[in-house]
Amino acid sequence: MSYHVNEKGFYGKFGGAYIPEMLYPNVEELRQNYLRIIQEPDFQQELQALLKDYVGRPSPLYFAPRLSEKYNTKVYLKREDLNHTGAHKINNTIGQVLLAKRLGKKRIIAETGAGQHGVATATVCALMGLECIVYMGEVDIERQAPNVARMKMLGAQVVAATSGSKTLKDATNEAIRDWINNPEDTYYIIGSVVGPHPYPDMVARFQAVISEEIRVQLLEKEGTELPTYVVACVGGGSNAAGAFYHYLDEPEVQLVAVEAAGKGIHSGESAATSILGKDGIIHGSRTLLMQTEDGQITEPYSISAGLDYPGVGPLHAHLFESGRARFENATDEEALQAVLELTRLEGIIPALESAHALAVLERLQAKPDDIVVINLSGRGDKDLSTYLKHFHFDEQ
Amino acid sequence: MSNRLKRLFAQKPKGLLSVYFTAGFPNLNDTETIILELEKNGVDLLEIGMPFSDPLADGPTIQASSTVALKNGMTIPKLFEQLQDIRQKTQIPLVLMGYLNPVMQYGVERFCQKAAEVGVDGIILPDLPLQQYVEEYKELFEKYNLSKIFLITPQTPEARIREIDSLSNGFIYMVSSASTTGKTVGLAEQSQAYFQRVSEMKLQNPGVIGFGIHDKDTFEAACTHASGAIIGSAFVKALHREGSLPENIKSFIQSIKN
Repeated sequence: MSYHVNEKGFYGKFGGAYIPEMLYPNVEELRQNYLRIIQEPDFQQELQALLKDYVGRPSPLYFAPRLSEKYNTKVYLKREDLNHTGAHKINNTIGQVLLAKRLGKKRIIAETGAGQHGVATATVCALMGLECIVYMGEVDIERQAPNVARMKMLGAQVVAATSGSKTLKDATNEAIRDWINNPEDTYYIIGSVVGPHPYPDMVARFQAVISEEIRVQLLEKEGTELPTYVVACVGGGSNAAGAFYHYLDEPEVQLVAVEAAGKGIHSGESAATSILGKDGIIHGSRTLLMQTEDGQITEPYSISAGLDYPGVGPLHAHLFESGRARFENATDEEALQAVLELTRLEGIIPALESAHALAVLERLQAKPDDIVVINLSGRGDKDLSTYLKHFHFDEQ
Repeated sequence: MSNRLKRLFAQKPKGLLSVYFTAGFPNLNDTETIILELEKNGVDLLEIGMPFSDPLADGPTIQASSTVALKNGMTIPKLFEQLQDIRQKTQIPLVLMGYLNPVMQYGVERFCQKAAEVGVDGIILPDLPLQQYVEEYKELFEKYNLSKIFLITPQTPEARIREIDSLSNGFIYMVSSASTTGKTVGLAEQSQAYFQRVSEMKLQNPGVIGFGIHDKDTFEAACTHASGAIIGSAFVKALHREGSLPENIKSFIQSIKN
């Protein structure tokens, strides 16, 4: 079975480009050009130079001794948290902004939930001198003030999405509408492996640098390119797509995707799409999504703003249905405990999203000789106020 | 093509007025009243919007009406229930317009079957791509004798317009400019050139222009280039005004026609 996108833009039955005709010329332009441009030597040269000197790649693959001791196995952390802007998101925005420039686009738009992708987009636009408009749900603008400030500092215009539930899915709707209204000069940088084909494939390719590096680094440290497990959190699923990418066709590597269970799978406040979602269409892609019986898209919940997306990338829907990846989930509480554990055992404060991946370590029941690679997709700076409040450090 | 659509375009090849409204707005059970009042006031063709939580191609007015309609309890089964006896009261052509996801959850075949049964003539699903339609759904639409109506825009290449024309069997929905619904900037010169270009292609299906048509001037301008025009957001806004539904409908349609 192939886990890669086919020539029609599908992963199994998932994916495709379910878009109104108004978007067709833009998406088609991208579909016809993305592979050719990405493979051009001067594109690769510029991309690799920026990844190295600007983003700070390769990110370390760190053997976590005290975490390993506690779980009696070999735990490695892929340190995407050490990238410029603090998360894996910039791997994708650098790639897409270079693509936008080669397509002659002058205006960049993006959606953001927690603000990490918005910051990563505003950053590369500042770097390239391009106009940048970021759509963000009105509710998220209030919850994520520091990232809003960073985007503004970087020169981006932050536009509040005031329709629907006023969060990530609505910000995505507004960005798509902007693109419909500005079909000639505008490029839409999607932040995850979601949206119409070719976005899921393109974003996965730009994030694939994560697993490309893991293979090289693991060979150096363990004498094998293949770990027993690769674990990553999944909202839309871009960091997981990057961490899994070069292992998709290595059946002996167990891929573990961790979704946000929120307050519990059946609490009514959850974002575990693989369990709660059904086959449908969201943002131009056929995938699993959380919806009512009547097909209205519902609002998910997670303490982590980066994981509360009602859908999941079509690649992940396919990995779930085919059984290639094992889907786990972690509650808000479990994620928070994992934050404190990593902080106290290894001196690393992770993002809430990444903590969901850490939270399933015990459940894996890995053996002493197993190698567990956890993708530490982002750092916890943006979540400090949540941590202070939850652990009552602000009262001490 | 359904007989009702065929008859309409044969009898009235020019200047036909089509109106869109969101089912379940302003109140859940207004559907029949709106249909009958629009017909009474001389509207030729109706598009009934099936509300969706995330209507990507629509602007703020239609999205807001959809949000209200969903809150009011509108669903696809509810709409079919409301349309159950509509053919005993009117023969105006009816087109259902909505997004693919709710139709998928209802079941596409069941949807086509039910639509045909209550007397719907055509379907517009803007986010159902051409290729998927051909591969998965074309046979179903044909089996139930439903016209599938596609959109084209100023950016649609000529070859694709020809392909869409060959797959259409009702009319072609010509989106006036690159925009979501409800923009009222008027019809720019650019749009005129595009209408002209499409008109010179001598397509087998009649064209009806929509998006941005909001008053007498824009309606008449659009009608010079196509068989007719569709008014959506401006009508939905008019339903908001003070006064009874029949009064609002009458005064709005008169402002377009007279």
